[in-house]
Amino acid sequence: MSKSKSFLASLSAFLLTLIASPAFADYALNFPEPVSPLTSQMYDLHMLTTKIATIIMVIVISIVTYAILKFRKSKGAEADQNFHKSAFGTWSWILVPIIVLGIDLTIAGSATDALKQVEDYSQKNDVTVKVIGSQWKWTYEYMDDDIRVVSNMLSKEEAGDNYLRAVDNPLVLPVNKRIRFLHTASDVLHAWWVPQIVYKKDSIPGYINETWTIIEKEGTYRGQCAEICGTGHAFMPIVVEAVSQDKYDAWLSEKKIAMASAAAEASADKTWTMAELMSRGEQVYNTNCVACHQITGEGVPGVFPALKGGQIATGPVADHLSIVMNGSTKNPVMAAWAGALNDLELAALITYERNAWGNNTGDVVQPTDIKSARK
Amino acid sequence: MSAVIHEDHHHEGPPAGFKRWLYSTNHKDIGTMYLIFALVMLFIGGGMAMIIRAELFMPGVQIVNPDLYNNLLTDHALIMIFGMVMPAAAGMANWMIPMMIGAPDMALPRMNNMSFWLLPAAAILLLSSLLVQFIPGTGVPINTGWTLYPPLSVQTGMGMDLLIFSVHLLGISSIMASINIVTTILNMRAPGMPLMKMPLFVWAWLFTGLLLIIVMPVLAGGVTMLLFDRHFGTSFFDAAGGGDPVLFQHLFWFFGHPEVYVLLLPSIGVLGLVIPTFSRKPLFGYKPLVFFMGFLFALGLVVWAHHQYTIGMSLGATMYFMIGTILISIPVGLMLFNFIFTMWRGSMTFETPMLFAIAIILMFSFAGVTGVMLAVVPADLQYHDTYFVVAHFHYALIPGAVFGLYAGVFYWLPKWTGHMYNEKLGKIFFWWTTLSFNLTFFPQHFSGLAGMPRRIVDYNIQYIEFNQISSIGGFLFGLSHLLFLYIIIKTVKGGEKAADKPWEGAQIGTPGLEWTLPSPPPFHSFTTPPQIK
Repeated sequence: MSKSKSFLASLSAFLLTLIASPAFADYALNFPEPVSPLTSQMYDLHMLTTKIATIIMVIVISIVTYAILKFRKSKGAEADQNFHKSAFGTWSWILVPIIVLGIDLTIAGSATDALKQVEDYSQKNDVTVKVIGSQWKWTYEYMDDDIRVVSNMLSKEEAGDNYLRAVDNPLVLPVNKRIRFLHTASDVLHAWWVPQIVYKKDSIPGYINETWTIIEKEGTYRGQCAEICGTGHAFMPIVVEAVSQDKYDAWLSEKKIAMASAAAEASADKTWTMAELMSRGEQVYNTNCVACHQITGEGVPGVFPALKGGQIATGPVADHLSIVMNGSTKNPVMAAWAGALNDLELAALITYERNAWGNNTGDVVQPTDIKSARK
Repeated sequence: MSAVIHEDHHHEGPPAGFKRWLYSTNHKDIGTMYLIFALVMLFIGGGMAMIIRAELFMPGVQIVNPDLYNNLLTDHALIMIFGMVMPAAAGMANWMIPMMIGAPDMALPRMNNMSFWLLPAAAILLLSSLLVQFIPGTGVPINTGWTLYPPLSVQTGMGMDLLIFSVHLLGISSIMASINIVTTILNMRAPGMPLMKMPLFVWAWLFTGLLLIIVMPVLAGGVTMLLFDRHFGTSFFDAAGGGDPVLFQHLFWFFGHPEVYVLLLPSIGVLGLVIPTFSRKPLFGYKPLVFFMGFLFALGLVVWAHHQYTIGMSLGATMYFMIGTILISIPVGLMLFNFIFTMWRGSMTFETPMLFAIAIILMFSFAGVTGVMLAVVPADLQYHDTYFVVAHFHYALIPGAVFGLYAGVFYWLPKWTGHMYNEKLGKIFFWWTTLSFNLTFFPQHFSGLAGMPRRIVDYNIQYIEFNQISSIGGFLFGLSHLLFLYIIIKTVKGGEKAADKPWEGAQIGTPGLEWTLPSPPPFHSFTTPPQIK
């Protein structure tokens, strides 16, 4: 008797955990608060299916518990050898599928509307952003304004409690505008996901996938890459800064001026000093290269080659230039940077790599060298 | 005359030494080897899970580097699926199916030997694919997850090649085992046992075998194309060469989704024997169960793309896969319903196999309802690739497949060894393992909803509480298996003598012939076909 009591006690404790779970479904245990029409619909769908799931579980658990309590041999229960031949036993195989089908159709029916909206690309979009995933950072191209933003993870010291969910350059977007995202990738699969405002569609090299949103509230929204993309998969966060239209316009013009002056500077036929190139090169390196080659330039043995004292950075300049600009034929992980960086950035980067960490080759690469290498 | 017969029997005993095992064509010995192999793999794959949970106990990268973490994650899945669940189920099929249907052995005994002995070779290749990263110059470790999606899997180093060859061997092994089992079931039944009188476990394995024969070649083809892309520049999956990275995902999941049923069905079959036995009444709705298993088999083959809702399929295709997937709840719901109503108006006792069976009904129902949640495309665009998915499939596969096999182990250990296991220890193991399993995976639903992606080595501090609960649960869950091992070893070595029919209700409903044999059964059983009344 005591044995069966302890059995029941433990069983009911286990069942309570199952039942109680959706009951404390507040925001700490549930999706974060949705702030766009589509994510709100998805949230409602999620709550609907959670409720149906809870009801089904309560029914299943009740029936099983009743059966366990009632039909015990120790209580003298005798087995009804012909139960399966009763009318219930004969016809339940039709009854059960009909009930389950009813539940299924309820769920599928309410999902259809949301799904159609996800796939509704007929509306006019106010802003179009091309989101490019690459190992291991996000690049945002504002298609209407010709602006490009590269977004890298912030270090632990800079990010504090938001480490792994904080970036240097967030994606800035206006509120209450219809925004279209075009997803693609430059190397492997990635998935751009900000649960409060945008659902997932994979970034696939050679594909362009489309999602859309209307952000209803100003604020900072965070997310992470959701599709495994190699070594740095855990380290490519996403931050969206949603601002008013005025602030957004101001940000746009500021960004345009900055980009124009950077382009002018890069294409000027100026001869740069080594010190200038080194300090700019360090910035470029820390933004684009540290994920693999590490801040120390030592790389990861067997995976990412060391630049410190390595053949690439201390060997012939032309080879070094070629591998940075065109990528590596030996190791497909190494990206081609000729398209992503301008002449000045490339020159500074290569100068930096050839002279940092005690490499001290003394080689200085000028933007003009890059220009001629591009031809 | 009788002395001569006795002499013959003596000669038919097992050969001595290593030859008994290496050259074995005996279904019982091969079954035993399958089961031991699965047990070894359970501890290797489980050890990997322990490292993963230890790494995730705290935010930060402490124990393993990101690549090693992802590699352990990949191998944990492959070892548990191909090394543990499938061989354990095949071991039970080897042991039990010939005895249940009154056959002297498997239909193709030599192929049976080969399909087992390919497994250790495949396991060595699989483990070397993990270890090869410690040799300099072998490239990036396998950091792709078990789905092996290109282009990432084209970037990885030599480990991937070893893994691909390992998958080839595993595939050949399970195709041969499946052909053998299907042939045995269709051709070797004792006179008087039509298909519709076979024990449910035999039916479940018939469908499992057919599924494997259909889907394994597709995986083998997919990974071979991957191998060609890696070394011979074929660009099957490279968009830059006119290929399609998503094609691999379709090939993989055309195999991968039916594979879920390959893992589940044998355990459903075990439940179909355990529940009537301990409820002391026949299975409720045997014919519908068989019919809906067939329905599940067919439906399971045509819903694979629900693993890829986020790849950007057309509205029509997405709707089709959504509705198809939600419909799976019909056969699965009916199975659970029939199991519950087998207990209804029964006379139940709660030995370890029955405890597992009841827990499976509850926990697998839970996996079923979260499965329906995931099937709803718009909501899945949020759940996809989060810990919610991790929690869901561990609820489906640990109760659905692994606990079903544990129920089978406790149910048949007396028959296999001739000794009763210690019931008290069995019950302690049940409660320990079931509670710690829930402690491990239940919180993961919440970290997933809060936005934690799967397959990350390091996480933001907001996810710390759930991960710590999960890790503590995981360590307890892992530890409980030492007790499991102890119970098995103790039962093999000795213990109370088991009767030929150790369970009072074992012969009720649609039983097999295994209970008509002594415990343990002789080395060769049913050398002449038995008479079924």
